[in-house]
Amino acid sequence: MPQEHRLILKHADQPGYTPDMECYLRHGGYDALKKVLALAPKDLPDGKKVSPQEQVREDVKSSGLRGRGGAGFSAGIKWSLVDRRSGKPIYLICNADESEPGTFKDRQIIHKDPHQLIEGMILSCWANDVKLAYLYIRGEMPQGAKLLNKALDEARTKNFLGKNILGSGYDLEIYVHRGAGAYICGEETGLIESLEGKRAYPRIKPPYFPAVLGLYMCPTIVNNVETLCHVKHIVNMGPAEYAKLGTPNNTGTRIVSLSGDVKRPGYFEIEVGKVTLGELINDPAFGGGLREGRKLKAVIPGGSSSKILKAGETFKLNRKGPDGQMAKVDVSLLDLPYDFDSLMAAGTMSGSGAIIVLDDTRDIVETLANLAEFYAHESCGQCTPCREGALWMSKALHRMTHGEGRKADADYLLHIAQNIQGRTICAFGEAAAWPVLSFVKKFKEDFETKGAADEAKAAAKH
Amino acid sequence: MSAPATTEAKPASPAAALVPPPPSDKIKIKVDGREVEVPKMMPDWQGKPQPTTMLQACHLAGHEVPHYCYHPKLPIAGNCRMCLVEFGTPQLGPDRKPVLNEDGTSKIAKSVLPYEPTTPRGAIACATPISPGMEIYPNSPATKQMREAVLESLLINHPLDCPICDQAGECKLQEYSVQHGQAESRFVEQKVHKPKAVDLGPRIVLDDERCVLCTRCIRFTKDIVGDDALGIVNRGSYNTIAAWAEGAFDNNYTLNTVDICPVGALTSKDFRFQMRVWFMKETKSLCTSCGTGCNIVVGSREEKVYRYEPRQNDAVNSTWMCDSGRLNYKWIGRADRLQKCGMRIAERGMLEVAWPTALKAISAKLSSAPTGSVAVIASARQTTEELWLLAKLAKKFNALTDSIARNGEGDKLLVNSDKNPNSNGSRVTGIAGPQLGANLAKIADGIRIGSIKTLIVFGEDVTKHGIGVDLLAKLDTLIVSDILPNATTAAAHFVLPGCAHVEKRGTFVNVKGRVQKFMRAVEAPGDARPEWEFLHELVHHVTGQNGFSTIEGLFNQMAREVPGFAGLEWAKLGDTGVTVQI
Ligand SMILES: Cc1cc2nc3c(=O)[nH]c(=O)nc-3n(C[C@H](O)[C@H](O)[C@H](O)COP(=O)(O)O)c2cc1C
Ligand code: SF4
Ligand code: SF4
Ligand code: SF4
Ligand code: FES
Repeated sequence: MPQEHRLILKHADQPGYTPDMECYLRHGGYDALKKVLALAPKDLPDGKKVSPQEQVREDVKSSGLRGRGGAGFSAGIKWSLVDRRSGKPIYLICNADESEPGTFKDRQIIHKDPHQLIEGMILSCWANDVKLAYLYIRGEMPQGAKLLNKALDEARTKNFLGKNILGSGYDLEIYVHRGAGAYICGEETGLIESLEGKRAYPRIKPPYFPAVLGLYMCPTIVNNVETLCHVKHIVNMGPAEYAKLGTPNNTGTRIVSLSGDVKRPGYFEIEVGKVTLGELINDPAFGGGLREGRKLKAVIPGGSSSKILKAGETFKLNRKGPDGQMAKVDVSLLDLPYDFDSLMAAGTMSGSGAIIVLDDTRDIVETLANLAEFYAHESCGQCTPCREGALWMSKALHRMTHGEGRKADADYLLHIAQNIQGRTICAFGEAAAWPVLSFVKKFKEDFETKGAADEAKAAAKH
Repeated sequence: MSAPATTEAKPASPAAALVPPPPSDKIKIKVDGREVEVPKMMPDWQGKPQPTTMLQACHLAGHEVPHYCYHPKLPIAGNCRMCLVEFGTPQLGPDRKPVLNEDGTSKIAKSVLPYEPTTPRGAIACATPISPGMEIYPNSPATKQMREAVLESLLINHPLDCPICDQAGECKLQEYSVQHGQAESRFVEQKVHKPKAVDLGPRIVLDDERCVLCTRCIRFTKDIVGDDALGIVNRGSYNTIAAWAEGAFDNNYTLNTVDICPVGALTSKDFRFQMRVWFMKETKSLCTSCGTGCNIVVGSREEKVYRYEPRQNDAVNSTWMCDSGRLNYKWIGRADRLQKCGMRIAERGMLEVAWPTALKAISAKLSSAPTGSVAVIASARQTTEELWLLAKLAKKFNALTDSIARNGEGDKLLVNSDKNPNSNGSRVTGIAGPQLGANLAKIADGIRIGSIKTLIVFGEDVTKHGIGVDLLAKLDTLIVSDILPNATTAAAHFVLPGCAHVEKRGTFVNVKGRVQKFMRAVEAPGDARPEWEFLHELVHHVTGQNGFSTIEGLFNQMAREVPGFAGLEWAKLGDTGVTVQI
């Protein structure tokens, strides 16, 4: 029986667990911080010394931790790309902009266990020689901002933050910054611009890789809330023990936000890759299945930007056979392990860990129109293909859902989306194009039937 | 949270920035199948050496990559995506060494979408540095398709009002649509409507529907001028350029945004609807409103000046000019321009005469003038050649000479506090000392005590500079050349109608010693003649010295005689001039 494995959310929903520091301390809070501050430099056989900070950075790399914000990029490698020779300060930013439709996991941490996030941030800052960090929180989460500010104040009173933390000689300050309400503020370089007080226009890369030219043109690390929390557990458990959670190359746990047409929508923390999509949807421990009489139509597996998967689809995945050899095997949609690599192999992504389930009562064209409207509304408008294309797709879908579809609209939509992906400044281009590309490709009859019906109606009127 | 950030999946790049550059300062790449060697570093918008971009490399290889947002003198934005090009880089094996073809050349891995390896992934040429062995395909089907798609996107919400658009003929949207566009758009939706005829500032009108949101105007205003007046409001397709308050776009450089706007979104209130650009003649010239000497192009038609536009000269004005200089041309066509030679005859007053009559009479007067009885006040708005000829004339009489200082406010960008275009010309030719106007009081005294009997004034109203009408009345002979009437021309015995600089050729020496030439754009009105022409005749009549009757010859002779100009030749000045030590 697949079960939740609560690591990050271990205490969050326990009765009596409160977001204040005393409660956190009673549950082993800030022990990880004390642990790293007590670390000694390690001597290597060749006479070189490895600083405690470097050791923790190495641990994060060997733990296999991958970013939980969307791209699933190795946290350890991201940290290793930071330009440490520039002489400029290094900044760390916690991305708490959580705005991908379907995603509601970071807010659980922020609202129920803010100190865990703060400890994770302090550890990550310490490991990267960061003296100043920002916590960029989505504008629509005022309560979260309040809680975080309160928690930061508490941490300062105990000298977990501020000057000479716990007598270690290490100084760190963390500030909360509230966004003003735009999805694009979650894109890391848009976030950085916004933090600098500008319009959240994502930056071009090259040259503005945050690891080299980030906040105030200084090297900068941007990590998701959940990613930073994991650092605490890697420190506590040790990287080897941590990596036993989950599956190879997909280690640890992650919080899945499950929504849509299931009986028990909600958030569930699982070992990565140890639970399948089907189990997440149907198992009583998770989604509890569809409502009576409904059949599965499709799954959006990693937030609204990820490519939709159609019920009944099968995918070729690399699996170890009984002979120990890797071989391609067919895996059905419901048997897909919920992890980074399997979903990528299925042509989509686990993105922000948000699963949206659609049953057979859903109109695919309507659903896509809804998503397209979101992306048209949220495109920052900086670069041509996304600015013009996102609204164009939304207008076409609006037309289609208002009785003015054309049979040719399916190809029309593909044409527009194809001209966006891969040609934009930031990955929002993909985020906007992928739903359209995947919906239309996989449900082409739905679009063509609807278009043809509208055309027939229009012709009859004449 | 969303899509795999395609850029994040490329950790190689920030690390690459840390690797010290190899010793060679050239990189071999292929552009459109042809191998070229280009510099590893090239100047960026501020002139600082930076890794050469694909766009710069293509340019060196003779391929212009179409672009809207890129401008060589502005920070790179990378937003229009018009410059997307397909490219490939040498394929690396597991050992990080290049994989070779059978013939020993490197195998090229074309850049593709990581999540869709059959689809090429372009790079923006304006911002992407080249690397050794890179191949750029500026004309490949994939590149063309990317361009077509960007153009299609730019046009879907564009009003397509070319017939009434001021930019028509100079519009990059028109030009690229012809070169790179597809015949028809698939767009069948309603266009986005945005504000039209927005009053951005006192000199600028904005049509937001025509704007392609390249942000050139914003970047120029913020990064070059240092004024945060412009920005974008709204979001996505509704993005709209705006000034922070209505009419707030009011620095002294706003009109440059009209030049750099690639479409007809920004128009000059002064120029809009005045003239279709393809009817105009363009003449290389200089601005005369201050000592900076910004290089300009004069737009004219049928002997009328319609506009000044800046012309690139990195030693002087980059590609910019100030608004006050740009708009200071209207006086050229004034109805009260002096158009006839005048000669005052006792009892009969001022008579209109022909040039030979006037010059003969003046020569006669001057030839009989004793040494020391003549003074010359020239203008530092005259050309160097004219000042030099006046200096020659003055020498004959050992005359006191001077020109007049004109000071105002300068700024950090271009405007100089010296409001004469040729103060240095008057210094180098010896008309004035280091301090312009230092001799004026002496000249006034000379007239007062009667030692100076003849005064030659060019291009200045001396009544405003301490030599009032009462003093002028004491002179035996007052010879005045000017363009517009004033109190000095009114008091003159001889009036010689001269030319605005757009009506003649010549040189100015700017505040930094840049000797720059300008060409003739329009004919002078009436009998007005270039001063150097008739001065040359006068010098010949009075001193017997014959020079050259062409501006080239005159300049070259001056360069031989004036120590500060040693080695200069008219032809060698080129379009952007030569700097001399002042
Ligand atoms: C349009 C867009 C929106 C994004 N929004 C978020 C967000 O709300 N939260 C987040 O953590 N990452 C978001 N990301 C991903 C970030 O750019 C970045 O990759 C992430 O914060 C890195 O953290 P991680 O490596 O810990 O996942 C977004 C990306 C894009 C392209
Ligand atoms: S892809 Fe979209 S969201 Fe990203 S910079 Fe371009 S217009 Fe903005
Ligand atoms: S007004 Fe012109 S220069 Fe400014 S953003 Fe629009 S198109 Fe570009
Ligand atoms: S800075 Fe001086 S020379 Fe340049 S345009 Fe302005 S007034 Fe003319
Ligand atoms: S010229 Fe606009 S993106 Fe390169």
